[in-house]
Amino acid sequence: MLLNIKNLHVSIHGKEILKGVNLEVKKGEVHAIMGPNGTGKSTLAAAVAGKDGYEVTKGEILYNGKEIMDLAPEVRAQEGIFLGFQYPVEIPGVSITNFMRTAINEIRKYHGQEAMTAGEFLKKMNEKQKLVEIHSKLKNRSVNEGFSGGEKKKNEIFQMAMLEPQLAILDETDSGLDIDALKIVANGVNKLKTKDNATIVITHYQRLLDYIVPDYVHILFDGKIVMTGGKELALELEEKGYEWIKERVNS
Amino acid sequence: MAKDEQQILDDVTSSDYKYGFVTDIETEFAPKGLTVDTVRFISAKKEEPKWLLEFRLRAFERWQTMEQPNWAHLKIPEIDFQDIIYYAAPKKKKELESLNEVDPELLDTFNKLGISLEEQKMLSGVAVDAVIDSVSVKTTFSDTLSKLGIVFMSFSEAVKEHPDLVKKYLGKAVPSGDNYFSTLNDAVFSDGSFCYIPKGVRCPVELSTYFRINAANTGQFERTLIVADEGAYVSYLEGCTAPQRDENQLHAAVVEIITMKDAEVKYSTVQNWYPGNKEGKGGIFNFVTKRGICKGDHSKISWTQVETGSAITWKYPSCVLAGDNSVGEFYSVAVTNNYQQADTGSKMIHLGKNTKSTIISKGISAGKSHNSYRGLVKMAKNATNSRNFSQCDSLLLGDKCGAHTFPYIDGQNSSSVIEHEATTSKISEDQLFYCQQRGISQESAVGLIVNGYAKEVLKQLPMEFAVEAQKLLSISLEGSVG
Repeated sequence: MLLNIKNLHVSIHGKEILKGVNLEVKKGEVHAIMGPNGTGKSTLAAAVAGKDGYEVTKGEILYNGKEIMDLAPEVRAQEGIFLGFQYPVEIPGVSITNFMRTAINEIRKYHGQEAMTAGEFLKKMNEKQKLVEIHSKLKNRSVNEGFSGGEKKKNEIFQMAMLEPQLAILDETDSGLDIDALKIVANGVNKLKTKDNATIVITHYQRLLDYIVPDYVHILFDGKIVMTGGKELALELEEKGYEWIKERVNS
Repeated sequence: MAKDEQQILDDVTSSDYKYGFVTDIETEFAPKGLTVDTVRFISAKKEEPKWLLEFRLRAFERWQTMEQPNWAHLKIPEIDFQDIIYYAAPKKKKELESLNEVDPELLDTFNKLGISLEEQKMLSGVAVDAVIDSVSVKTTFSDTLSKLGIVFMSFSEAVKEHPDLVKKYLGKAVPSGDNYFSTLNDAVFSDGSFCYIPKGVRCPVELSTYFRINAANTGQFERTLIVADEGAYVSYLEGCTAPQRDENQLHAAVVEIITMKDAEVKYSTVQNWYPGNKEGKGGIFNFVTKRGICKGDHSKISWTQVETGSAITWKYPSCVLAGDNSVGEFYSVAVTNNYQQADTGSKMIHLGKNTKSTIISKGISAGKSHNSYRGLVKMAKNATNSRNFSQCDSLLLGDKCGAHTFPYIDGQNSSSVIEHEATTSKISEDQLFYCQQRGISQESAVGLIVNGYAKEVLKQLPMEFAVEAQKLLSISLEGSVG
């Protein structure tokens, strides 16, 4: 099993947000996590990625069978965990080329591999840009600087393509995207799918799931996963709304 | 007293001190302290002509009437000027057998900076193999230059071989009495570089103190004079990224640049003098006066500096834009960490018409340090249609450091345009996490972000320097986050 989250409780500044989350993700699967605002979806993503300030008070996060709670965020990334941010930050003066090259080489170093040559690297960049249909002028721009919301999201997928993670968690990748951008992003994600990796898509809207078809849909409500189903669950949720979930949970 | 004896005394005391005075000048060091005799001693040791001795003596007299300025945003411990040795013969450093004898911490830094083994040996005082024939390297180099008529030698040598040139330009950019430390330098300067580029000549190589023909130690009161005649061009590099220690704490150098019509001088500095330890003890005081005069029309002087070392840095490389249409530029990255202090910036004095100046200053503060930008942009009455653009940015790492800005603007005509922008920022946790989430360690992330921040300045440096400077920035900020 790639990711096994057992009874996870996470607090931020002493306030408990996740109250016992259980989740199993196997290689080759696509999972969707949906739920109302403030329910803990981004908290779950941040906790798995290892963001500072997200305190695990109970439970386990096992990645490839290993407990990762004590690993620094960069080590989790080097182990193959990727987080597509909901609000990607800007890093002025740092070109995407430089950024990606540094990341790839640090990951390779972690795995005892040699750094990529400049030639190999540029070839990979061109290849991946084509794959996810990203503008070729990207190379020299600073990371996310001056990017529109849609461009930032596409850039996340581009980085995912470059880093080839084993577990990708995409946090509301579809927010702020017009239908064309949405299709491009979804297309990119689909092209990167293999039987050895897995993707967790966090979203509000069923629409994205028309393009990135999930194997499982989970509904996160009030800090717990309260319902799991196939892709039809997303359609049912869209139709009935979160009130339906509340009733189901409270009964 | 007998008349004869009086005569002898008169003769001795009134004649020129050609070969020195009471103390035996064969010794290696001047006695500690600073008196008029010390000045004479220095001049005699260097076998200087009378006019230069007089230059020194006038400066010394002037210096004695001056007071150390205290307006900078710096805490400077009291300097005992009598507790300094003002002259030491070129050091014969004890030669080490191999790199194994060198301080491992120093070697670690060399490796991080990517400095080649041979260069490491040279920098640590290890005997250099006969394979690297440094003499022939220098000889080939100086042959190339002399064929073009370019003069590039130590200041002391230039006084002997090109006295007219030196006399003509010395003190023209930084007049004697300009400020306390430059005046001290006028009196006791040790050595430095002299460079003259003749009319229409473009110097084909980057000149660097590293390749200076007389590579004696630079000393604490370095004096450099660069003159570019009409239509000439030279790019000059000062310093190196390798950390330099020196038992002398006070470094008060003077650099003068003069450009004639259509000439251009590009002066780059990378400074990494010992900054003191993590508790703020020790470290070099780097109090430098650097000034360029764009004397001729359409001439240009640009200063680029990366200052990461020294306990206290106090310098304002400046340009006086006298010629019409002349251009002055100042690009600076100043890093302070632990307990370092910096008060640095530039003065752009516009005298001629249609003159242009640019100031880009990037300050980075970390630890408990304080980093100040101080600038003056002055548009004189006749400097019509002149422009200045200044941008001073401060980056704060952590919450115990300080960044300060003191911009002065003096506009005396109504057709000039002066623009000033300033930003203050810090590396956000979100930026760091973003990098970490891509597999980049926090230390590397800080290096990446800081270099991105300083990019605009670093790209002004000649390439070899730029690569080393990037590494240097990362190393200077080690341990500053977290």
